[in-house]
Amino acid sequence: MAVNEHFKAFRTATKLGWQIESNWTDPLLFAVYSVIKPVAASLILVFMYLVITRGKTGTELFAYIYVGNAFYIFVGNVLFGISWVIHDDREHYEMLKYIYLSPIRIYIYLLGRGMAKLFVSAISVAIALVFGALFLKVPLGLFEIDYPYLFGALLIGLAGIIAFGIILAGVCLITARHSGGISEAIAGAFYLLCGVVFPLDVLPGWAQAIGRALPSTYWIEAMRRAALGEKIIGVSQLLGRLSEGELLLVLLGTTIGLVIFSHLFFKWAEQRARHRGLLDQRTNY
Amino acid sequence: MRASALSTNLRAIWARAYVRVVGANRELSWLFFDTFLPLLGTAAYVFIYKAMQAPPEFTGFVILGGAMTAYWMNVLWNMASQFYWEKEMGQLELFLIAPISPMAILLGMALGGMFMTTVRAGAVLILGSLIFGVKFTVQQPLMLALIFFLTMAALYGLGMLFASLFMLYGREAWHLSNLLQEPVYLLSGFYFPVRGLGFWVAAAASLIPLTLGLDGIRQLAFGGRGWGFIPPEWELAILALLSIAFISFARRALRLMEELGKREGRLTLRWQ
Repeated sequence: MAVNEHFKAFRTATKLGWQIESNWTDPLLFAVYSVIKPVAASLILVFMYLVITRGKTGTELFAYIYVGNAFYIFVGNVLFGISWVIHDDREHYEMLKYIYLSPIRIYIYLLGRGMAKLFVSAISVAIALVFGALFLKVPLGLFEIDYPYLFGALLIGLAGIIAFGIILAGVCLITARHSGGISEAIAGAFYLLCGVVFPLDVLPGWAQAIGRALPSTYWIEAMRRAALGEKIIGVSQLLGRLSEGELLLVLLGTTIGLVIFSHLFFKWAEQRARHRGLLDQRTNY
Repeated sequence: MRASALSTNLRAIWARAYVRVVGANRELSWLFFDTFLPLLGTAAYVFIYKAMQAPPEFTGFVILGGAMTAYWMNVLWNMASQFYWEKEMGQLELFLIAPISPMAILLGMALGGMFMTTVRAGAVLILGSLIFGVKFTVQQPLMLALIFFLTMAALYGLGMLFASLFMLYGREAWHLSNLLQEPVYLLSGFYFPVRGLGFWVAAAASLIPLTLGLDGIRQLAFGGRGWGFIPPEWELAILALLSIAFISFARRALRLMEELGKREGRLTLRWQ
């Protein structure tokens, strides 16, 4: 299959994903919807912090928590966005079998559908960061951000999250009613174990060990370093020991491993789903 | 209402509740996810307070808030959006042509949902309290039970109202339920005392029954009157009023939306 045909399939899947995400309402309401959710999620943390510190926000810990939480929006949305496609297209729209019958690669289709979620997430992250900088004294200076490091780490990190999404899509192919639960469980586990909203050091030792094995831990830390600079290095003793370059290397290594594993796992799950006739199952869940 | 109609409606309430009471607990993986998932998020919030070296009662506040999220999720996804799912599966028209009041269906959904969720919320509360060593100092247990009961009545009354209003929605129902998660966690003070939002915002947020319910339970279960918004006695009275108001609004809204749906032919639309 020619590259331009892959691109055409990818573009169509992205367009379809975007339509499903956004055309349930008018653009204005959709814009309001896109703003309210991330801001409200961030404000929960802000008020938790304000209640304890009695109104003080300009600290390193606050910036650490806020920025970690903002970038985490990608994790939950992209994981759910990619894996839910299998369930939605198989059970709800009953289209999955036709996708397999058409001359496109399922990978391309999943990536395209996930792209719409990624785009919505990017807007949410940007809104949360701008809100933090403008109203909550989060020290995000436009000219202080290390943009090459930010975009490099962002791309590697997103590749890792997409790989996790593909693994979950594989799980959804061979299960009937766990799609939502599994992706939420993985996203929730990342939120807790990767130290998204607190320094990893406050977790018990066994949980720290799991957190240190997950690529998202290094990704979130790398995003914080790129956005906030050296100010936050002392907040986590554990991750503070790693330099920016070391963080990026660990992230790259674990992401490559994850991408390979996700490919092998998805192929296995797909094979199993075909053998067991699961590609067009409908269970009303 | 004649005796036979009453008995038919009571049977309808039981039948709709039965599906939730028995059916939901048959899928054990869901029981696991519904307990495990709120615990993960709740644990993260506990660790934020630990990182901030907050007073120990805040761990209890968070665990209680985490347990109560199960009720709000149930109201959003299994009450408000329920008629959307029923429409997708072709059940809504069956409910409406059956010789019963649609309110019986809503009440059955609410009672079944309340039972199903209490099992999950209880598990989160017990496990969370054990894991993080939460200490309860319960004052006035009767008042505490009354506040909880009236919170449930008002909350599921609100759920019945939402179900009526959402009845004609297609995918909007899914998105609106999604939208009402985080903002309500924020406004109702699921993870911090609602007083922290300031008096007027907290007063406006009191229209959501969980705001006053959570605040009252926290004051009575953790001796946290210093963090309370208004006295629990007032909260009890307001919750009683909210219960009556929401259930009666739900009844009117249901009648209105059913009529509108029939006129516009939207009661049987799928894949909107």
